Amino acid sequence: MTLDIVPIWTIVLGVAVFMYVLLDGFDLGVGMLFPFAPDDRARDLMINSVAPIWDGNETWLVLGGIALFAAFPLAFAIIIPALYFPILAMLLGLIFRGVAFEFRPTASKTTKHWDRSFFWGSLIATFAQGCVLGKFVLGFSVSGRQYSGTSLDWIQPFVLMVGVGVVFGYLLLGATWLVMKTEGALQAWARQKAEIFLFGVLAFMAIVSIWTPMLETRIAARWFGWPNTVLLLPVPIVTMLVAWWLWRALARWRDNQPFFAAMGLFAMCYLGLGISTFPYIVPHTITLWDAASAPESQAFLLLGTLLLLPIIFMYTGWSYWVFRGKVRSDFGHH
Amino acid sequence: MDLDPLLLSRLQFAFVIAFHFLLPAFTIGLASYIAVLEGLFLWTRKPVFLRVSSFWIKIFALSFGMGVVSGIVMPFQFGTNWSRYSDATANIVAPLMGYEGLTAFFLEAAFLGVLLFGRKLVPVWAHFAAALMVAIGTLFSTFWIIVLNSWMQTPVGFKIVDGRFVPTDWLAILFNPSLPFRFLHVVIAVYLTTAFTVIGVAAYYLRGRRFIEESRVMIVMGFALASILVPLQALVGDAHGLNTLHHQPQKLAAMEGIWETGPGQSALMFAIPDEESETNRAEIGIPKLASLYLTHDWNGVVKGLKDFPRADRPPVIPVFFGFRIMIGMWSIMLALTLGAWWLAWRKELYTSRLFQGAATCAIPVGYVAVTAGWVTTEVGRQPYVVYGHLRTADAVTSFLTGGDVIASMLAYVTVYSLVFGAGAYYLVRLVRRGFPAMVDPHEPKLAERAARPLSAATDIEVTP
Repeated sequence: MTLDIVPIWTIVLGVAVFMYVLLDGFDLGVGMLFPFAPDDRARDLMINSVAPIWDGNETWLVLGGIALFAAFPLAFAIIIPALYFPILAMLLGLIFRGVAFEFRPTASKTTKHWDRSFFWGSLIATFAQGCVLGKFVLGFSVSGRQYSGTSLDWIQPFVLMVGVGVVFGYLLLGATWLVMKTEGALQAWARQKAEIFLFGVLAFMAIVSIWTPMLETRIAARWFGWPNTVLLLPVPIVTMLVAWWLWRALARWRDNQPFFAAMGLFAMCYLGLGISTFPYIVPHTITLWDAASAPESQAFLLLGTLLLLPIIFMYTGWSYWVFRGKVRSDFGHH
Repeated sequence: MDLDPLLLSRLQFAFVIAFHFLLPAFTIGLASYIAVLEGLFLWTRKPVFLRVSSFWIKIFALSFGMGVVSGIVMPFQFGTNWSRYSDATANIVAPLMGYEGLTAFFLEAAFLGVLLFGRKLVPVWAHFAAALMVAIGTLFSTFWIIVLNSWMQTPVGFKIVDGRFVPTDWLAILFNPSLPFRFLHVVIAVYLTTAFTVIGVAAYYLRGRRFIEESRVMIVMGFALASILVPLQALVGDAHGLNTLHHQPQKLAAMEGIWETGPGQSALMFAIPDEESETNRAEIGIPKLASLYLTHDWNGVVKGLKDFPRADRPPVIPVFFGFRIMIGMWSIMLALTLGAWWLAWRKELYTSRLFQGAATCAIPVGYVAVTAGWVTTEVGRQPYVVYGHLRTADAVTSFLTGGDVIASMLAYVTVYSLVFGAGAYYLVRLVRRGFPAMVDPHEPKLAERAARPLSAATDIEVTP
């Protein structure tokens, strides 16, 4: 077989991870907003807005992890254990977040255990994912086919900073989602929060943009070499335009545009990440081709993936459509 | 004490997967049961089916949620603690998991929202369709994961290049020698687990003289299914055992507690295997019976553990007792099913308080059985992670220290105990509450959907 499937799998993996970040980003964001909501009724509406769709959203994480495992197993076998504790924290956070959906309505109305579970679970999972991203950018030390560092190498200022940055990012997604799905006082509150988070996100994007090339000379060379600087200039320019669009959409009290603009902002960051690390799937030593699984395996799964992903998009779209419109107070119970 | 990351990683994996499996052991059968109930309501429009379905959907929501969050842990476990296994087997194992994700997880997840929250938003047939899709999703999931596990037990269709497995024949991998037996065995097992949970809950209500109509429906449906599946499981289990004898003789020898190769092996009801001396203490057995059911000949020869090097034998005690506990649970299911028929013939099925008490106490049988069964087959797989080809000791992540794994294990044990403990408590609370007074199925017309006021009917809860 002479067709190189690696680029196709790169796109599939990229799409899967991006879908996860967008979709679980907003429901983790809603979780992190929970304790700051105006009142209990607002909290009910917030959780109802994501209750029917969170499971499908989280499934993209499973797909992303498995796609990495299937298409680039060497990367999976190095990155996942290298991030032993961030991944542990993420999984435990997701457990607390996930069960909160069902435990909260069943528990006695006076205890706030599961409200706290929803918040802390969302926060820890988000911060952990940010740490994963930060360490990914810094890279992993490899010996042969295994990670040669320790399980604590990820504990560094840059990584922790990216963790906080992603927290702001998901808060922005959550807030703009609420602007789209709620009305009245809750929507106004969410709008106000979204403006704050937008500035937070822009600040962190600036910090990352300055700090990363300082830490990683390879990335600095890619960004500031010639003619790269000119070719890559559209990236920060478009990013600033999207940020401006988001700001205006919020200022003009648009319902849906802020959420899509926020997604656009994430897309630009994602693009920047890809540009900075390509062709390494384990920065900065192992390329996508080095890490790729056997062509027989890539082909076997790709066939099904290309067939099934459109179907998945269709019925996922249908389930979002069933719950379209502003969130109502009378469902979310069953 | 020297903290061995290998042993700790094995214990950690066993812990997280054993807890996880308790949930699908219930929810796979329950998803199908709900689909059947929704279908019966769609077809007959009898309100009792709607009430029973709505009740179990509440229970399903809680259980499925716990299943999902504990399930997400699993693929990441492969990476964190078993990275050498992941690197070696990815070419075969990962696409199988990929298909599980693509054909099952998304299907379940997308339609779950409609199943749990959409009754008032979609027509009755669409709600049934959603229930059906969730049920099918759970069965697809079972298929793929059992393909994966079975390939690890009876690996075929591959070659080894540079120490890594490469697929040569996907059909052979998919339909590997132990798959059909293990798949049927597991599906029947999970359906029985659900059946006896439903039966036990129904019996609890009957004994408390609550929800009589619903409980009669549940107990009859439960025993109808059990009547078919309990005997069928004996046949399938037997066939599975014979398949194991052929492909994993050491595991079979450990299951039966057979040390010496020879003819006329006894079926041991009880024994205490001693690996040091390679004998059993306190044997209570029926002579020649094991040879009969394993080789269909009273004097058939069965290989004993001593025929295999010590390094190739599984730990005997967990495998031996796991197997017996599993069969013991099946015997309880058989006894209850026969009891139900006898009482039904005497027209006392709905009134025998003794039987109802027994049935409620028997709710755990399925869960104990599946856990014991998994211990039998997975501990029996040792010392291999891919049978005959890759040892567990060579599969663990190399740089992890004992300290790393102790920390993660403590975290998992703490969180799981808290979360599953709370979950179990809430499930019991939901059962104690029982059925709501009314359920409104509602067929929405498009125009009225947007302006629909708060519905009073659906959420009336019976005061406990």
